[in-house]
Amino acid sequence: MNKPLHNHTVQELSDLVQSKKVTPTELVNTFHERIEHYDQDINAFVHTNKEISLQQAKLAEEALASGNSSPLTGIPIGHKDIFCTHDMPTTCGSKVLKDFVATYDATVITKSREHGLITLGKLNMDEFAMGSTNQTSAWGAVQNPWNPEHCPGGSSGGSAAAVAARLAPCATGTDTGGSIRQPAAFTGITGIKPSYGRISRYGMIAFASSLDQAGPMTQTAYDAAMLLNAMCGQDPHDMTTSNVPCPDFTASISQPITGLKIGIPEEYFGSGLDAECEEKIQSAISALQKLGAEIVPIHLENLKYAIPTYYLLAPIECASNLARFDGVHYGYREDQTNNIQDMYELSRENSFGDEVKRRILVGTFASSGSYSDEYYKKALQAKNIIRNDYKKAFLDVDVILTPTTTSTAFNMTNNIMTPQQMYLSDIYTVSVNLAGLPGISFPVGFSQNGLPIGAQLIGKRFCEDTILRITHAYQQVTDWHTQYPDSFK
Amino acid sequence: MQIVAGIEIHIQLQTKTKAFSASPIGFGGSPNERASAIDIGMPGTLPVVNKEMLSQAIMLGTWLNSKINALNTFARKHYFYPDLPKGYQITQDENPILTGGYLEYEVKGETKRCELHHAHLEEDAGKSVHGYKHGISGVDLNRAGQPLLEIVTEPCLNNIDEIIAFLKRMHSIVTYLGICDGNMQEGSFRCDVNVSIRKDEHAPLGTRVELKNMNSFKFIQKALEFEISRQTDLLEDGKKIVQETRQYNEKTGKTESMRDKETAQDYRYFKDPDIPAVWIDDAFIAEAVARLPESPTDRLEQYVSLGVPKTEATIIAYNKPMGDYLAYLIQQDLDPKLASNWLLGPVSEHANKEGLLFNALPISAKELAELLTALRDDIVSSKMAKEVFGFMWTEQKSAATIIEEKGLKQLTNEDEIAGIIMDIIQNNPSQVDAYRNGKDKLFGFFVGQAMKATKGQANPALLNKILKDKLNA
Repeated sequence: MNKPLHNHTVQELSDLVQSKKVTPTELVNTFHERIEHYDQDINAFVHTNKEISLQQAKLAEEALASGNSSPLTGIPIGHKDIFCTHDMPTTCGSKVLKDFVATYDATVITKSREHGLITLGKLNMDEFAMGSTNQTSAWGAVQNPWNPEHCPGGSSGGSAAAVAARLAPCATGTDTGGSIRQPAAFTGITGIKPSYGRISRYGMIAFASSLDQAGPMTQTAYDAAMLLNAMCGQDPHDMTTSNVPCPDFTASISQPITGLKIGIPEEYFGSGLDAECEEKIQSAISALQKLGAEIVPIHLENLKYAIPTYYLLAPIECASNLARFDGVHYGYREDQTNNIQDMYELSRENSFGDEVKRRILVGTFASSGSYSDEYYKKALQAKNIIRNDYKKAFLDVDVILTPTTTSTAFNMTNNIMTPQQMYLSDIYTVSVNLAGLPGISFPVGFSQNGLPIGAQLIGKRFCEDTILRITHAYQQVTDWHTQYPDSFK
Repeated sequence: MQIVAGIEIHIQLQTKTKAFSASPIGFGGSPNERASAIDIGMPGTLPVVNKEMLSQAIMLGTWLNSKINALNTFARKHYFYPDLPKGYQITQDENPILTGGYLEYEVKGETKRCELHHAHLEEDAGKSVHGYKHGISGVDLNRAGQPLLEIVTEPCLNNIDEIIAFLKRMHSIVTYLGICDGNMQEGSFRCDVNVSIRKDEHAPLGTRVELKNMNSFKFIQKALEFEISRQTDLLEDGKKIVQETRQYNEKTGKTESMRDKETAQDYRYFKDPDIPAVWIDDAFIAEAVARLPESPTDRLEQYVSLGVPKTEATIIAYNKPMGDYLAYLIQQDLDPKLASNWLLGPVSEHANKEGLLFNALPISAKELAELLTALRDDIVSSKMAKEVFGFMWTEQKSAATIIEEKGLKQLTNEDEIAGIIMDIIQNNPSQVDAYRNGKDKLFGFFVGQAMKATKGQANPALLNKILKDKLNA
């Protein structure tokens, strides 16, 4: 095999580890060396700890020797710095949580350890997962491995960049309005946001609790399925996790997609969508048609309400969730103050970044007094309208295919976007969170200037298996997902 | 003038763990020893509803004829305070567990009814500890997250006697059901009284004032007396009453302003997205109802029919653990009246002195029964029984052991008593003569001598009888 070790998929690495051709320690060394060598260019990791990785590699080797292993045993992973870990800092991209070490592990972390995955470190992100560029991180922006002038997307930008640059074979991300799918699209990798309730949110620092959902970020749909097998399931610590049984997501992934109906919503194409993106997505649609899928034009008329609805509900919940960062119990505190009021105000004033403050203010405003009826209650009604739109559409089709983003990754050097422009770029992803549906982004080509382009498949609630299967079928006949930037080879 | 008052009662439920975490509930202890990551509001933590809290609320709701709501939702109530770690309190807003219902209580022999508006579940806050170190305030989150049921009445109480009688009855009910330990000093049973006054019952409602921080019935009484006279004076002087929250100062006996409506907060209630709606089904309600004890009114009737005076019977009937003692004593063939006198007498005195409730006494019903049986069987006199009881309490030994060890056995052997009396008669000839010549008062002298000779252990009735016989012989 002449493919370098670092460019293997999780599935391939699993075979190598299980057949004892590679040891977990070798994998840890390989990826830590790459991180040491390349991460200064992209700033994907905010914390690494090779010692902890090596200890976990030893445990993985013991598990393999005793026959107590899972398919993921010994595979390195990077975790978004939003998941609490008891043995590494968890900062959520914020100065508020500088050096903060949680007293417990998030369920996602516990499960990944139970399955033998090895933590390489914690990955950079937009502050409190609020952002589409990774520029809002208190620990500096992340660069897109395909072109350092461009952002990797956000908020799971560190996760996406690390996988795209092959500094980690896989990573965890979280997605409140597109934070897994958009950076996956911007960096040419595969990222799935499962249905709301599939993966425990316990220990995942909350942004907007009713929309937040964790998911894997990988090279392929198959890898995503392997990781979902480890991450999903009802958790007694999270009442919002679902009791709908989790299938083995790899079991049906190789089935043909003949006869599956793929809905193409007219409203998601045309104005607002970059022409190059549209072209690549149309080619992907043709490829899926050739694989036997039936293409059905559909309408999702209320898409226009998605952005305002999302940008009311998410800030309202975030204003509430972030109230706890008051400097009293943990985190950043201004203690040279005369009274408690000043301590609150200055602690928050001097530690939250602009985007977080903007959303706290919007959310506080929109949930105050009579505005609550005007904004919050209306937003909840709009959310229902959007959900019903999807329900109606899914009477006729199995999945819905849309662009993931309106364009390729934003150029951060010559392009200053207003917050509103930034919010509007989430148009294709946010409605999926509002409806609690699973969505996957996968690479479908590159722009002329060499930036990846992604397409999104949206499934019925708890039907992750269908969107994984279609993506997998597509990845069997294309090689976009195998590409990674030359500068990291 | 007519008083109009409505009450909010916070009762701390007797669950094993907190409302939304697995930390144990309790009182005291070193600061934060019962504060888990969830109670501290660590980032990423999530609440999980404690089903036992729902069950206990349903028990009370059934008792009070409230509607038990199938749909329960929880909301976030936002405010910044150091003892509120998440920056919001989880509480029930739109869909509380109980709505309506009523509680009947007696005032001066008259039965009254207080209508209830609703009762909702919520989590308690922690405590700020000021000056725990030189000039530094600390936060103790042991109490944070403990489950509370807030019972809200309609404004249907019209005088202080009614308010106190209602509160006492509610207190006895929640302790009777075992869903609250009722300890007001420790804050297990806290009430806020909203009170206003108006010219007469036809006048529109006056401006209400909320009274807080009253941790005993005595203080509630005093706070209300002060507040009502304060409001009356203001109105008589043609002044206006400000809508505000006032707290009672135990030292001055006055109520003081805490905050007025101008600074009232906007709590920005919204449904807690971490807690899906909790649906209560009939099976769950049935399980809670099955836990209810027999009604105190049934017990009351039983006690009265057994000869216990109504006043005493009422106190015992509404105190579940005390009633449980009485039930056991009656079962052991002890006289109900004697038993109730003991429960309200020596037992209550000892309990009150140490601030103990009847569910935490050092002497069990069985041990008490042994003592009262000894009393009934004349092994000890009534006076001696009280002495024995005192030793049992402090030394944690059985009645039989104390009687043995302390030699507190009553002398009931007639021959022995007669012998002692004969000695006294022989040694006091002049007193005997005087008595026999009509100086009846000297009888007491002979009793005293006999008691002295028997170290107080002679059975008094027997002694009197024999003494009379011998002197009159």
